[in-house]
Amino acid sequence: MGDTIFALASARGKAGVAVFRISGPLAHQAVGRLCSVPEARRAVVRRLVWQGDVLDEALVLVFDAGASFTGEASAELQVHGSLAVVTAVARTLGEMPGLRMAEAGEFTRRALENGRLDLAQVEGLADLIEAETEAQRRQAMRVLSGAIGRRAQVWRQRLIRAGALIEATIDFADEDVPVDVTPEVLALIDGLTADLQREIAGTTAAERVRDGFEVAILGAPNIGKSTLLNALAGREAAITSEFAGTTRDVIEVRMDLAGLAVTILDTAGLRDTDDRVEQMGVARAMERAQAAELRVFLLTYPDEVLMLTPQSGDIVVLGKADLNPNTPGAISGLTGQGVESLVSRIAERLGTMAASAGAMTRERHRLAMLRAFEALESARSQIEKPGGAAELVAADLRQAMRALDMLVGRLDVENLLDEIFSSFCIGK
Amino acid sequence: MFHVKHFDVVVIGGGHAGAEAAAASARMGARTALVSMRKDRIGVMSCNPAIGGLGKGHLVREVDALDGIMGLAADSAGIQFRLLNRRKGPAVQGPRTQADRKLYREAVQALLSRQSGLEIIEGEVVDLIEGPGGRVEGVELLDGTRLSAGAVVLTAGTFLNGIIHIGDQRKSGGREGDVASIRLGQRLGTLGLARGRLKTGTPPRLDGRTIEWDALETQPGDEEPVMLSFRNRQPLVRQVSCGITHTNERTHDIVRANLGRSAMYGGHIEGVGPRYCPSIEDKVVRFADKTGHQIFLEPEGLDDDTVYPNGISTSLPAEVQFDYVRSIKGLERVQILQPGYAIEYDFFDPSALRPTLESTLSGLFFAGQINGTTGYEEAAAQGLVAGANAAAAVLGRDPLLFSRTESYIGVMLDDLISRGVTEPYRMFTSRAEYRLHLRADNADQRLTPKGVASGLVGPERAQVYAEKMDRLSAGRAMLSSRTWGPQDLLAAGVAVSRDGARRNLLQVLAGADVTWDHICRLEPQAASIDADTRSQVWRDALYAQYLHRQDAEADTLLRNEHVLIPTDLEFPGLPGLSNELAAKLERRRPANLAEAERIEGMTPAALLLILAHCRKSVQSRAAAR
Ligand SMILES: Cc1cc2nc3c(=O)[nH]c(=O)nc-3n(C[C@H](O)[C@H](O)[C@H](O)COP(=O)(O)OP(=O)(O)OC[C@H]3O[C@@H](n4cnc5c(N)ncnc54)[C@H](O)[C@@H]3O)c2cc1C
Repeated sequence: MGDTIFALASARGKAGVAVFRISGPLAHQAVGRLCSVPEARRAVVRRLVWQGDVLDEALVLVFDAGASFTGEASAELQVHGSLAVVTAVARTLGEMPGLRMAEAGEFTRRALENGRLDLAQVEGLADLIEAETEAQRRQAMRVLSGAIGRRAQVWRQRLIRAGALIEATIDFADEDVPVDVTPEVLALIDGLTADLQREIAGTTAAERVRDGFEVAILGAPNIGKSTLLNALAGREAAITSEFAGTTRDVIEVRMDLAGLAVTILDTAGLRDTDDRVEQMGVARAMERAQAAELRVFLLTYPDEVLMLTPQSGDIVVLGKADLNPNTPGAISGLTGQGVESLVSRIAERLGTMAASAGAMTRERHRLAMLRAFEALESARSQIEKPGGAAELVAADLRQAMRALDMLVGRLDVENLLDEIFSSFCIGK
Repeated sequence: MFHVKHFDVVVIGGGHAGAEAAAASARMGARTALVSMRKDRIGVMSCNPAIGGLGKGHLVREVDALDGIMGLAADSAGIQFRLLNRRKGPAVQGPRTQADRKLYREAVQALLSRQSGLEIIEGEVVDLIEGPGGRVEGVELLDGTRLSAGAVVLTAGTFLNGIIHIGDQRKSGGREGDVASIRLGQRLGTLGLARGRLKTGTPPRLDGRTIEWDALETQPGDEEPVMLSFRNRQPLVRQVSCGITHTNERTHDIVRANLGRSAMYGGHIEGVGPRYCPSIEDKVVRFADKTGHQIFLEPEGLDDDTVYPNGISTSLPAEVQFDYVRSIKGLERVQILQPGYAIEYDFFDPSALRPTLESTLSGLFFAGQINGTTGYEEAAAQGLVAGANAAAAVLGRDPLLFSRTESYIGVMLDDLISRGVTEPYRMFTSRAEYRLHLRADNADQRLTPKGVASGLVGPERAQVYAEKMDRLSAGRAMLSSRTWGPQDLLAAGVAVSRDGARRNLLQVLAGADVTWDHICRLEPQAASIDADTRSQVWRDALYAQYLHRQDAEADTLLRNEHVLIPTDLEFPGLPGLSNELAAKLERRRPANLAEAERIEGMTPAALLLILAHCRKSVQSRAAAR
């Protein structure tokens, strides 16, 4: 086994509590040098004493090897989150022989090495740590629980079956295998491609859940888009970040909207203009709006035709309800009329999209599945081709299998490991 | 008194492994002795009278590419040649021939007697001579003769503690008509090698004069026979047809009613048999809903009335065999010349072998059935590897190693060593992940240069090969020197899509329905390319696109071969590995990640774990420096 590592697991800076994690063969001894070691998995309050000095009063928790996050003997010290306490505890642990500060991602790396997590689960953990919203948390938990590994396993089994059927027609050609295996192989391929297609489509949604949905507000100049944005930000959602777009033409506000991470885009007013600069702004607004997952059109009057036509699923409402308070369905950022119902409509739309998110959440997953999908399509066309070659079908099926194996991590994972581990903050 | 003769290499056993081992060792230039129980039984086919097939034909071609004897002997004895999977692609076509037993045996014996540097000694080896440090330095024969040697190759086949079963009768024997090798078997038992029992079976032999041939379908050989050896063009002896018949419900009833009396089903045999060559008992039990199984009636020789009924091997009592055989169409009045039987024998765990087939006892090499394989071709290929490497070791040359990316031989060695065996191992094309490249038709291109470099391939074959390659490279160069756009190709009658891509003629050739006429229309000089070169160029072109992909895979494999697993990595201690997998890894001790990947039961997650540990120990070592 390796050496014993420790790190501050909570964020740096003043806080109510700060959590230290210790993992490795000396973890329990290290605790024992500061206080009496409690029973495993039982949180107790202890005074931490080092060379006669009381460092802090802390909540102390130890885990046995095989029953901890890293799989090693480990411990947690929850101390008061002052800079002085944190510094003192870190220095003390660092002075103990056999202990050293963890490198970035080292706890997770150990969890992986000790078989506590597979590759996809490590990714799930990374997402969980980054999660800001409820949907992100749930999605990350799904990955962390091993959903990808289970799915890949099922697909693998079906591929093995299809491969075995094809191989039988090749290797036992001189024996009695007269049954035509094609229907079963095609059925297996169809089932797999359908599953893959669904999951591939779902990765887009999953990525949106993870990275945030974009919602563009569109309308003529002065229809009240910015006011609406402020109303949304101030009343219904928590602003998580705010910065102006690279041009003044698109303002982005990121918020948590009904548990989903959403970036609202406030775009330049859509109108024909001779002003070159404004033309560019409008073009840019249209481009961003088109790429967004959802568009909210604020109309000045019911039949207004804007430069961009709504797509199916987009939301179209009348703006400036403050000026015509009796128009049903109109909204006003100023008075707040209709804002609540708009929020729930947006949430419902995005919620539907988010629901299609599958277990696969990353571009890496998408690429692996896409490769498998293409290999299967190639196998299918080979089977359906008159005189198609069984050995090529078999080669395609193998290719698909290798691609899927990459979901849970295989072969080409070397670089990936580096990437994953380096994306972790120290101690997490 | 007992005299001692000295050799570089002594080969024990004159079966398919032994014959090939002795010939290979002698070709390498080592002074070689082949010791076998009976001279006149060297090259005997213990079971079916056929050589080659799917995967097996590939092995024969590889042995032949390395100047071995199996392909030559098979061609001289071949009485019915068939290229299996002829309607499928070249990668999965396997040449096979029905062989006249006597002619085959005679051909092997003739080839061996012509081999310079090889002495054939009749006798039973009863002991191994151990030198300092347990090194094997020779053998002792039953009559007390001692042969000292730099290396010994053991190829005792099914003979070690062999027991023959017919129903509930059992007797000692190496195969029907041969005594078992008991003393050597016992001696080997004292050497601390992991040993197990396997079994295999053979059908009754029929008297062809009592078969109603007229009532049966027949299967002739191919109209354009494909030979086993690269050096032959056409059959050397008269060709015959096989008969085809089927078992029926009555046959199955008889078998079913007597299952308890079968050696295998009556619990008399502890060894494990192959699933691929099921006995008739197995077939009736495992495929209970099938109402008939095909039987090929294969003549055992041109001047021999014995017929081998392929597909009904058995260990039922002789009288039951008589009953069920006579229930079969065309065999109603048949006489059995020799009843079918099962044989049980010792094998040694091949996972303990090195890639040269040297065992854990230095100086002692193992090849053939004793490594847990079944089949003549598998035995021959191993014999060649063991014989060549025993010679290389004695002569102080580099070992001759084979990789999965390059040969079926490499696939087999690696499978045996990294996975061990749980049932008799037989070659299949599906075992080769680089199957599209490892074809029977290009075995010489894959292996002959290596054989020439190591001294295993003689000058004559090297010459023939060099000439063939000259023609091939000239042909390829001609066809790849110019490119044509879709317009020109369509004009020449080649169906291509108008994608604007320019193609050379090798690419054109890979297209469906392209004939040599099309090619000549575009490149009139191509008419001068000979037929063999044409078809070789075509076969290579056919898979080019897929081969490209396999190359990428092979690269990954090579990359993983470079990730070395530290020798001090303790698998059983690795948390996250199942106990079973950890135990397997500990036993096999893969040297690198690629080897670990191929261990049976290996999962991607476990592999990742091992990789992580390899990297960790590299890092900690670097840190310690
Ligand atoms: C009953 C039976 C059924 C079979 N069924 C099948 C089948 O269905 N499919 C299939 O693919 N294969 C089958 N085979 C296997 C096939 O015969 C073998 O795989 C092949 O012959 C193995 O070759 P070998 O060189 O390893 O051994 P063998 O061909 O068995 O040769 C062994 C040689 O070693 C010699 N020898 C042994 N001990 C000594 C000693 N102490 N001193 C000197 N010489 C010794 C023997 O005389 C013999 O020449 C069967 C074999 C038998 C006997």
